[in-house]
Amino acid sequence: MSSTASSSAKNVPPAVEFRAVEKRYGAGPVILDAFSLAAAPGDFIALIGPSGCGKSTLLKLIAGLSPVTAGALLLGGRAATPERASTGDELAYVFQEPTLLPWLTVAANVALPLELRATPPDRRAELVRTALALVGLEPRAAYYPRQLSGGQKMRVSIARALVLSPQILLLDEPFGALDEMTRDRLNEELLAIRERQSWTAFFVTHSVAEAVFLSNRIVVMSANPGRLHREIRVDLPYPRTPATRRDPAYHALVDEASQLLRSVEDTVAT
Amino acid sequence: MPPRRFLTILLPAFAGALFVAIWIFVRASLSDDFRFLLPAPTEVLAAFRDHGDELWRATLNTAAGATLGFLAAVVVSFLLSLLLSLSPLVRVTFYPYLMLLQMTPIIVFAPILVLWVGAGLQSVTIITFLICFFPLAVNTTQGLVSTDRNLVELFQLYRATKFQEIRRLRIPAALPYFFTGLRIAATLAPIGALVGDYTAGSSAGDGGGLGFQTIIYSSQAKYPALFATAAVCCALGFIFVAGVLSLSWLSLRKWHDSYDRADT
Ligand SMILES: Nc1ncnc2c1ncn2[C@@H]1O[C@H](COP(=O)(O)OP(=O)(O)O)[C@@H](O)[C@H]1O
Ligand SMILES: [Mg+2]
Repeated sequence: MSSTASSSAKNVPPAVEFRAVEKRYGAGPVILDAFSLAAAPGDFIALIGPSGCGKSTLLKLIAGLSPVTAGALLLGGRAATPERASTGDELAYVFQEPTLLPWLTVAANVALPLELRATPPDRRAELVRTALALVGLEPRAAYYPRQLSGGQKMRVSIARALVLSPQILLLDEPFGALDEMTRDRLNEELLAIRERQSWTAFFVTHSVAEAVFLSNRIVVMSANPGRLHREIRVDLPYPRTPATRRDPAYHALVDEASQLLRSVEDTVAT
Repeated sequence: MPPRRFLTILLPAFAGALFVAIWIFVRASLSDDFRFLLPAPTEVLAAFRDHGDELWRATLNTAAGATLGFLAAVVVSFLLSLLLSLSPLVRVTFYPYLMLLQMTPIIVFAPILVLWVGAGLQSVTIITFLICFFPLAVNTTQGLVSTDRNLVELFQLYRATKFQEIRRLRIPAALPYFFTGLRIAATLAPIGALVGDYTAGSSAGDGGGLGFQTIIYSSQAKYPALFATAAVCCALGFIFVAGVLSLSWLSLRKWHDSYDRADT
């Protein structure tokens, strides 16, 4: 059980480390300013903050989809240079939209990352089956995306991210477009998967409740430029279950994070 | 009662019958001196019988020109679209000339073509090619550059090569656009071949097509035969469009929203 991966093991380098990172797009304004954060292996970090504060940008930096303009970004202690970028199989991304290829079946969509890196076909089939089993979609393997519900599409997207057994999992408001019931269930499933795979997660969300339920650390960001405002430790034990949502400690944390978020959003408004 | 399918046959049939009825009525209301302007349906059918052989030969020739020009346009426009999709710079470089090609009136171009390659199938094919080329190139290029940004990032994330990105992402994503261009080109191809034949056709051997027959029939005042020729052109167009629609259905029905039905 990976559970709360604290910084106990001092000799293990952080899975992801931002050192005074600054980010601009081209000659544009500073989007992220002096951003420092170290994620230990197994951390589940929730990112919340006003929209436009650079949460998605932060994930894109980690993924190597966009370069850092100043400061340093280390993955597993090594510099995440643009050339090295993502070493691919250790990094996966779940977008807000399911981002599936509509002309491929569910199984073929999940197999895509394997295919792009030329995994042998027999090994591929097995990995796809395992990944689909993780999200409970094995019976839908031959379906096309348009035959699935929103929640099912998101599950496929997650299966595709997990098929390479990533060490770092980036999720950008993955459940934002889903109804609350589906969202809660997917949150529980995600944590259940976490018990079986070990990854370090960065999870962007607008829902404070979701952030508290999933993460062991909540990073609250402020905008213009995007900065790390405060960090909240979520010391609720894993595994978390629907019962966790009735825990007074859970509610206290939701309140604390909500107030913090409102205070940052107010400063943006003025 | 089998409502839906029944109606889709009955209604067009009814509209066709109505059309023929109006035709006969209009003809009946013309004075004898002007009846020649609108031959009776029976006269047109008779023209099919009388001129059947030459019409069939002409149809085959026109169909050959239309098919060759159409296929050449598909292949060349696809390759050009791949090139154009590579960068905006390539696009600005070539787009004006693509437009120029489209703007040049075929009627002006035909004599030049006859001068260069001679009248006949080769000229007809090239003219069909020119007419089909533009809608194909524009639509396919548009499709290749309109790929969902998130999907492109997904491919970058998994460090797909440029070749993988084009083959596994951009081309399939462009298919609906490609078929839009193909549908337009399919309606244009028979018309292009006809115009080509009219302006740059040749009677040498049995090389004449429907355009050439049009010239002959109108100069000889064989008006029923002219109407029969028009009907053949329509039929040719229908065959082209039906072919493309079937192809489109085969490739897109499983996943594209335009074929979304509850029966999958
Ligand atoms: N590719 C880009 N080019 C230029 N500016 C961008 C780009 N992506 C994001 N931005 C800008 O960066 C800021 C942060 O965006 P983003 O990271 O998407 O914020 P968030 O996800 O927190 O809402 C916004 O002001 C946005 O306009
Ligand atoms: Mg965002």
